[in-house]
Amino acid sequence: MYDFAYHRPKSLADAVNMLKGKPEARAMSGGMTLIPTLKQRLAKPSDVVDLAGIKELAGIKVEGNNVTIGGMTKHADVATSADVKSNIPALAYLAGHIGDPQVRNRGTMGGSVANNDPAADYPAAVVALNATVTTNTRKVPADSFFKGLFETALGEGELITSISFPKAEKAAYMKFPNPASRYAMVGVFVAKTAGGVRVAVTGAGPSVFRVKAMEDALAKNFSSAAIKDIKIPADGLNSDIHGSAEYRAHLVGVMARRAVDAANK
Amino acid sequence: MTSASGIGARVLRTEDKRFLTGTGRYVDDLPLARTTYAYFLRSPHAHAKIKSIDTSAAAKMPGVVSIFTGKDTADAKMGGLICGWVVKDKHGQPHKAPPHPVMALDTVRYVGDTVAMVVANSADEAKDAAEAIKVDYDVKQANVDLAKALNKGTTEVHAAEAPGNLIYDWEIGVKADVDAAFAKAAHVTKLDLVNNRLIPNAMEPRAAAADYDKGTGNHTLWSTSQNPHVLRLILSAFVLGIPEHKLRVIAPDVGGGFGSKIFCYNEETMLTWAVSRVGRPIKWTAERSESFMTDCHGRDHVTHAELALDKDGKFLALKVDTIANMGAYLSTFSTAVPTYLYATLLAGQYTTPLIYANVKAALTHTAPVDAYRGAGRPEATFVIESIVSKAANELKMDTAELRRKNFIPTTAFPYQTPVALQYDSGNYPPIIDEAIKISDYKGFEARRAEAKSRGKLRGIGFSSYIEACGLAPSNVIGQLGGGVGQWESAQIKFNPTGNVQVITGSHSHGQGHETTFAQLVHDKLGVPMDQIEIVHGDTATTPFGMGTYGSRSLAVGGSAIMKATDKIIAKGKKVAAHLMEAAVADVVFENGTFKVAGTDKNVPLGQVVFAAYVPHNYPLAEVEPGMDENAFYDPANFVYPAGTQICEVEIDPDTGETEIVNFTAVDDFGNIINPMIVEGQVHGGIVQGVGQALMEAAVYDKSTGQLTSGSYMDYTMPRADTVPSFKLGYKVTPCPHNPLGVKGCGEAGAIASPAAVMNAVHDALGPIGVKHVEMPATPLNVWQSIQGTHRAAAA
Repeated sequence: MYDFAYHRPKSLADAVNMLKGKPEARAMSGGMTLIPTLKQRLAKPSDVVDLAGIKELAGIKVEGNNVTIGGMTKHADVATSADVKSNIPALAYLAGHIGDPQVRNRGTMGGSVANNDPAADYPAAVVALNATVTTNTRKVPADSFFKGLFETALGEGELITSISFPKAEKAAYMKFPNPASRYAMVGVFVAKTAGGVRVAVTGAGPSVFRVKAMEDALAKNFSSAAIKDIKIPADGLNSDIHGSAEYRAHLVGVMARRAVDAANK
Repeated sequence: MTSASGIGARVLRTEDKRFLTGTGRYVDDLPLARTTYAYFLRSPHAHAKIKSIDTSAAAKMPGVVSIFTGKDTADAKMGGLICGWVVKDKHGQPHKAPPHPVMALDTVRYVGDTVAMVVANSADEAKDAAEAIKVDYDVKQANVDLAKALNKGTTEVHAAEAPGNLIYDWEIGVKADVDAAFAKAAHVTKLDLVNNRLIPNAMEPRAAAADYDKGTGNHTLWSTSQNPHVLRLILSAFVLGIPEHKLRVIAPDVGGGFGSKIFCYNEETMLTWAVSRVGRPIKWTAERSESFMTDCHGRDHVTHAELALDKDGKFLALKVDTIANMGAYLSTFSTAVPTYLYATLLAGQYTTPLIYANVKAALTHTAPVDAYRGAGRPEATFVIESIVSKAANELKMDTAELRRKNFIPTTAFPYQTPVALQYDSGNYPPIIDEAIKISDYKGFEARRAEAKSRGKLRGIGFSSYIEACGLAPSNVIGQLGGGVGQWESAQIKFNPTGNVQVITGSHSHGQGHETTFAQLVHDKLGVPMDQIEIVHGDTATTPFGMGTYGSRSLAVGGSAIMKATDKIIAKGKKVAAHLMEAAVADVVFENGTFKVAGTDKNVPLGQVVFAAYVPHNYPLAEVEPGMDENAFYDPANFVYPAGTQICEVEIDPDTGETEIVNFTAVDDFGNIINPMIVEGQVHGGIVQGVGQALMEAAVYDKSTGQLTSGSYMDYTMPRADTVPSFKLGYKVTPCPHNPLGVKGCGEAGAIASPAAVMNAVHDALGPIGVKHVEMPATPLNVWQSIQGTHRAAAA
């Protein structure tokens, strides 16, 4: 990797200050993407601001109808949290199936969501549950947060402090892993909350997206039979040696039906 | 003798203590004072002319010691890398041998081709400087599509030396006779197959370190080699001209090879050449992405095969046309793999009386292709076992029955095949019977029906393989064009206190030789296991050895050890006779003790050894002091392990995923020394074959020649959850021509399993109308095959 200045702030305010005015600085949470990128010399940041020392950013709280998870909360902590498991078991399941044990014990929710890798799992949960992303400056609703391939609403130096998930009446996540990397080739999160039914898809496109036709059908009848004839257009979906756009489009249907069945169990 | 750790005992691997506690010593662990580090700048293009290389900025970078390019090697008149097996084409002409410069001169021919070597005080500084080298490339059209490589108009990789990309057009068998048999056949089964290209992925990447002693002129190369003496011979005699006695090659602990570490590579050659010029040691360890790009790849065939049968299902003739990918340069044994290790195996376990094979070796702008676990034999087995299963399906015959009908009868051994090999021994029917029993073949249709009720497509596939390993004898290999001997060496060197060094020319890079070989010596000489040290891998301390590849170590290297123990016993008898005041002819050796037959006089081996080193009471007039014997063993023939695997899969038609739900392997490896180690070899081999069948594929982008599957993000390796617990069985037909009666077990699993898995996949998908799925049967491939069938049905 190339040289950079390393900082390990103790507070959010310090972190924000360290990032200020440095367009080439990068914040690092778990480092599960950034470190391999640095090692492959694909990134050359001037500064790396390591958020691992900021205690206020980690933790899980249940507040009213919401489960609020700090940006620096590790996947393993989400997966094993009694609060998450009892209120949104599908979210705990999702977290427990990210990467491998090493990744789950280093990687964080905020890091994953801020990076918005097209094959990441969490964006599907954030959108399907209509979560609210809280940053050091504002609150951003899920639908306006994810902008495109590795692109989010976050501005320069803006950090995710927590994400608030409404409790789900029914929810499930089904992932078809890429055979090689085991990232989501197609991941579908289906959720029925007080706000309605949402179906969010990760892995298949450049960024997480909703399937309106399925949401409408499921709102009337929350069963896999209700969506069995809904075809997903392949246009604009990802295509690589593991899956053509047509295959991914097909898998969205399969995974969505399986997710609905799982949510109904 | 029978003992808890003798022949046949499941002795835990003694080497595992250091491997599992992190005290193995690999090349990269080597502490070398004042060492420098090399980094190789590699071509980012599959095919380009090098217009210029400017190293001036890089040379000024911090920590840089030296930079070398192809021009430096040309100025020094360095030899190129060689191909060590001369295959003659169907007109009797030797294969085309385009030059293989150690560093690219004016052209790069694959992504990863070596362009410059930077030597610096640290690996990072070397890499930084490499980024500052300016190379001006004139990028040309790349040829990476094997099926089109020999077509007129395809870009040539070595236009002058190998026109039309053809290395050889080789054949075996008489085409006219085979054609005549096809003309009379009641049924002909035809099949087009791709044997997918694989990347070896040894756990330890390739590494090298070089040192030079200015005072003596001695060079030392530490290398992740499977055969250090062969590497030294090539470097000395063909490439660098450093005399063999001035070049020591050490292959210490090596973390897996699978064939990919047999060959002589650019990087270790450059280190050995440069070390005297740099004046300090040099180390290099491949990064994983370099391993993907530059380790020799395996397989990569495009084949059309036809099988002629009579009305009863007897095989009349087999015809095979194969194009084999050589990559951009000929690696060390590349030419032999798709000829003498492939086409000569096409009889399989069957009496097919007439076989004709035509193999064309083609150049492409891809990494060199050479031997990889099985080397030619998995490709042959895949052809035979796929076409036999397809024939059974077409003729509506039971797939096991068709095999059995055509097996070479047990009474027919030694059996001369129509493709040069003479099988020494075999007994195939009991093997398939055992596999059928273990796998509960009879209950399969019930399992298929039960799977269907769960929405799954279940299929079963057979693969009855033969393999030829322990290449031999040397004179035959020489007649076939092989450039080296095929014997093995051993030395048994006792110390005065009775413990013993067993020095072998074989090389262990994970196989467990330190345990298996010790068991042999313990069994034969009665020396306790913990008093036996197995030594290997250093040209300075071991007799010249051929190393480990082609499942040869036990059959050839183990036999050499047996010969050396015979010499120890013979000498020991003379010494013991003197000590016991008896006639040599009356002395017998049993359980580690010399005895006078019919008396209670005895003297243990340890006492004889001590007497040999402290010869105060010793027959010095007749026997030399010391207890240290050498043996070289050149086998009379190959050994021929055989077996049957039965694989059962379940396919999810909604996603195209294939799950292996049952896997049975019954093998005949001859006598077995350590069943636990053999099981480990079989397990690993099957997993590698399953990887090929369902997951692994080296993919080059057809327009740019970039290696798309250049990391674990895209190259799918089998994992623990890919396979079920295997069900194994053994039948034993001892090899009649080696002293241990052993065959080889290292490659069998990988040789047989791709066909077993793919036959199961086809059996599962046949009922819904799928005719063919290309290997690897990835979820995408399976799903697309199912969709193709739906489309065909709708049309």
